[in-house]
Amino acid sequence: MIFVTLVRQLLDRPATNPFPTRHMPRSIIRLLERARRGKGAIHPPVPVPAGMRGKLVYDRDKCIGCQLCVRVCPARVIEFRSEQKKIRMHVARCTFCSQCVDACPVAALATSREFLLADTDRRSRNLIVE
Amino acid sequence: MNNESQKITTPRQGKTYTIPIGPVHPALKEPIEFSFELDGERIVGVDIRPGYAHRGIEFMGMKRNLIQVLYLSERICGICSISHPLALTQAVENAAGIEVPPRAQYIRTIIGELERIQSHLLWAGVAAHELGFDTLLHLTWKVREKVMDLLEDLTGNRVDYAIPIFGGVRRDIPAAKGDLAHAVLRYYRDLLQGLMDAFLEDKSVEMRTRHVGALSRGDALRLCAVGPTARAAGVEKDVRQDMPYFAYADLEVRAITPRDFEQEPVGDVFDTIIVRLLEVAQSIEIVERALCEMPEGELVSIPKVAALLSFLKKAEGEGIGRHEAPRGEVFHYVRLEAGIEEPIVWKVKAPTYSNLMAWVPKFMGAEVADIPIIAASIDPCMCCMDRVHVADRSGRASIRMKEELIRLSREKTRRILG
Repeated sequence: MIFVTLVRQLLDRPATNPFPTRHMPRSIIRLLERARRGKGAIHPPVPVPAGMRGKLVYDRDKCIGCQLCVRVCPARVIEFRSEQKKIRMHVARCTFCSQCVDACPVAALATSREFLLADTDRRSRNLIVE
Repeated sequence: MNNESQKITTPRQGKTYTIPIGPVHPALKEPIEFSFELDGERIVGVDIRPGYAHRGIEFMGMKRNLIQVLYLSERICGICSISHPLALTQAVENAAGIEVPPRAQYIRTIIGELERIQSHLLWAGVAAHELGFDTLLHLTWKVREKVMDLLEDLTGNRVDYAIPIFGGVRRDIPAAKGDLAHAVLRYYRDLLQGLMDAFLEDKSVEMRTRHVGALSRGDALRLCAVGPTARAAGVEKDVRQDMPYFAYADLEVRAITPRDFEQEPVGDVFDTIIVRLLEVAQSIEIVERALCEMPEGELVSIPKVAALLSFLKKAEGEGIGRHEAPRGEVFHYVRLEAGIEEPIVWKVKAPTYSNLMAWVPKFMGAEVADIPIIAASIDPCMCCMDRVHVADRSGRASIRMKEELIRLSREKTRRILG
């Protein structure tokens, strides 16, 4: 089996996806920045399944401020802002269990399929949902 | 005449030296401290000191409500990430008296068994790597990706699936996903014979693992080994067989020993490879049957999270949960008190804790070069197992044994009585 597999691998495409580029760029941050501005292309990631638990999505208008999500969150992602009776989520801490989504009585929370959340600043706009 | 032959086998007879391995060492995947007493290349004594991966998880759990504890328990182990939540949910359901609907029992079984496939393949790759057979490592880990993708598809997460909840499961396996699972299982069914040949028919694997790290049946029983380590030694011990839970009673699970491969068990590394690969085949069968026989019905007995939280707050009692994790029996104990959201006591016993002592007879008589593969043969998981760390303020650790504590206690009584 080993020998056959080794020979076949000379012709097969690699099992891994060369993401975001085939070779290591000089600066990954600059590469992603250029891709964001539409100047350079990156190799797309492997498609994710439909039910994947990605970055949380918050419907601010639906929220009734019951704080049930704050109570069940195991990673203490959710901060309750008492003056507005709304929440703010720090996705950098999120463990993607989506227990808050199950707990929400008015379906104001959902998971999206977005998963590219690596950042150099845990307080960046991309990582705070409110 | 005797002296002559002894000189060859033990050149420095009577004079041994000690080498430490760990707490941090390239041969170990996780921190643990070994101290080997060597006579030449032979191991004549071994001491093990765990405690370097202690994270205080049980203490953290006692400050959180039970739903939060569930996700904390998922993070006890990174590889068998469903085993601990499955044991914890059983413990809490036992304590609070929550019924689990049959369909949920089947889904828990399916995810648990898919995880066993994933974990055993991972172990097989690690074992091949420890032997210096990296081609086999890459091959095993490449085929492992299929089941990881399936788990991600079924649960939404690649690891830490967040599927069980007290009184059921959080996601259904609809018919379309069932077909997907069947396709992946067929892939493994076709592949498994080749994988077994690659491991068990290979001369170099056999030479490095046969009669290396042997564990006798008597030692396995005496030292309370669990899981594949015990089964490789010929002990027919499996929680799924001995105390069926979830859907295992319907599926007639049987403990697998090397006898199923028509070999008399010796408990060496080769036998643990046999047992784990046969268990992958067994898990494929279990999942296929469970997918076909899964009854329709509810997923959870208390669907509203707010209702579940208040029910658990009112619950009182103690409960235990046992699950046959890929590495052996995992055991959770909880104590709940009415009016308090947090568990009063949460105790975790991971399979590695039981298998740790089996290392001692396994290492005895082996050579230094066999240390990595013997250490890997019980599939150790230190961060699951470490529950205690001994230290004092000066930074030096000291351990008080039972006898010393009794002596101190008696002395105090005498002192008080004058």
